[in-house]
Amino acid sequence: MSVAGVEVVRKPAGPPVVPTGTVDEKGRPVTIACATCHATKPANPDARVGRPLVMFHQGLGGQHGNLSCASCHNPADGYASLRLADGKGVPYTDVMTLCAQCHGPQYRDYQHGAHGGMTGHWDLTKGGRARNNCVDCHAPHAPKYPTVFPAFGPNDRFQTGGGHE
Amino acid sequence: MSESKKVSLPVLGEVDRRTAVKAGAATLGLAAWAAAIKPWFEWTAELNTDEFLQKHYRELSPEQLQAILNRLTDDARKETGKAVTVKDHKPLPGVSFAYALNLSICIGCRKCAEACHVENNHDRPSHQSYIRVFEMQKGGIDFEKGDATYSHPVPAKDKYYMPVQCQQCENPPCVTACPIEATWQESDGIVVVDYYWCIGCRYCEAACPYHARRFNWEKPQVPAAEVNPNQSYLSNRVRPQGVMEKCTFCLHRTREGRLPACLEACPTGARVFGNVLDPDSEIRWVLENKRVFVLKEELGTKPRFYYFFDK
Repeated sequence: MSVAGVEVVRKPAGPPVVPTGTVDEKGRPVTIACATCHATKPANPDARVGRPLVMFHQGLGGQHGNLSCASCHNPADGYASLRLADGKGVPYTDVMTLCAQCHGPQYRDYQHGAHGGMTGHWDLTKGGRARNNCVDCHAPHAPKYPTVFPAFGPNDRFQTGGGHE
Repeated sequence: MSESKKVSLPVLGEVDRRTAVKAGAATLGLAAWAAAIKPWFEWTAELNTDEFLQKHYRELSPEQLQAILNRLTDDARKETGKAVTVKDHKPLPGVSFAYALNLSICIGCRKCAEACHVENNHDRPSHQSYIRVFEMQKGGIDFEKGDATYSHPVPAKDKYYMPVQCQQCENPPCVTACPIEATWQESDGIVVVDYYWCIGCRYCEAACPYHARRFNWEKPQVPAAEVNPNQSYLSNRVRPQGVMEKCTFCLHRTREGRLPACLEACPTGARVFGNVLDPDSEIRWVLENKRVFVLKEELGTKPRFYYFFDK
């Protein structure tokens, strides 16, 4: 239950890990940290969003401006963090700081409750509220909100043409 | 001529004309009486004397209102088998609600209309909802070219989407039109209907420039398992047949400080709701910083539902 006066912004999980598809003897999935591979491979500044990669991360597509991988992912610490425009690292959980660098108007609106949606209370003295972060709604590699099929439409007499109306 | 006195109607035998007319009139009178008192024999558990003699919502004493709420709660529990509570949510002091909707973000997914349908115990077969989402041609606001029945992936090219619900006007034509004051505006700006007082004349529906009011042609059909048990007298309790209904900004939620169901359901965050009297509220920020507009401003209805574009 939400706590009065508290606005909780949902946070993404920490650094991504690569699933191997195998499990260890206790049944836990075996995953690989980014640095396992990237520690021995120099960063490729030419790799860009939407440009097919031939060796790893195959199939990773998307459309997000003209960003390169290193625009957002931090090679300095084996990609365990995100990278701000000034080269500083920022944890994955604080992804909004990264997004806000370019998407200032959206971040401003978000700070004033006019972007991103929320659930809970309008009156924070009566209860709390929960809010999305950027990547809850926008896939970072393809941030445009996807096309969806709408929920059911009206089925009243106006639409069906019969009955009393 | 003594035989002439014995003339009688061929069918009735020894009965003279006068008696026949009397008998006929009596029969018709009885039939009329039977028709007149027929409703008394049709009284069921749904209609009792308390209900028949119930006063207008605003004339009820707290005790009378409590008795009514208890009765409605009992009835709803019997009918659905669920722990329904029918409360009476009064307007909060110092609160005046306003709503804003960002048309740049809305994608027309109708999640708001669906959430309204579920939250407000709407009739299932008619897909009833207080929200109608129009698919509009970019370049203008022309409802003649709007389509509320679209059924294809959204957002479509060159279209934008405009959800329309009750604008909770400060100068509501529906309230003026009601001949019996069954609908009125409360201090927080929400226009409500006393479903018991409403006679279903539908003048308000005709008066509303936003087509925000709906008529219950039939008793709403809601499967017992799907009934929202958190109900309020003036809001989402299952409506009787033959009365008007309308969006109440989910007063059973918002007067408890919660957000309306349509806002929580919006996947894109296009909706902003709050207390316009609170200078730090989100809605105030939108009204002060975005270029908001209202629908059909020229009518002078002064809606408290605002629309805006980001760019």
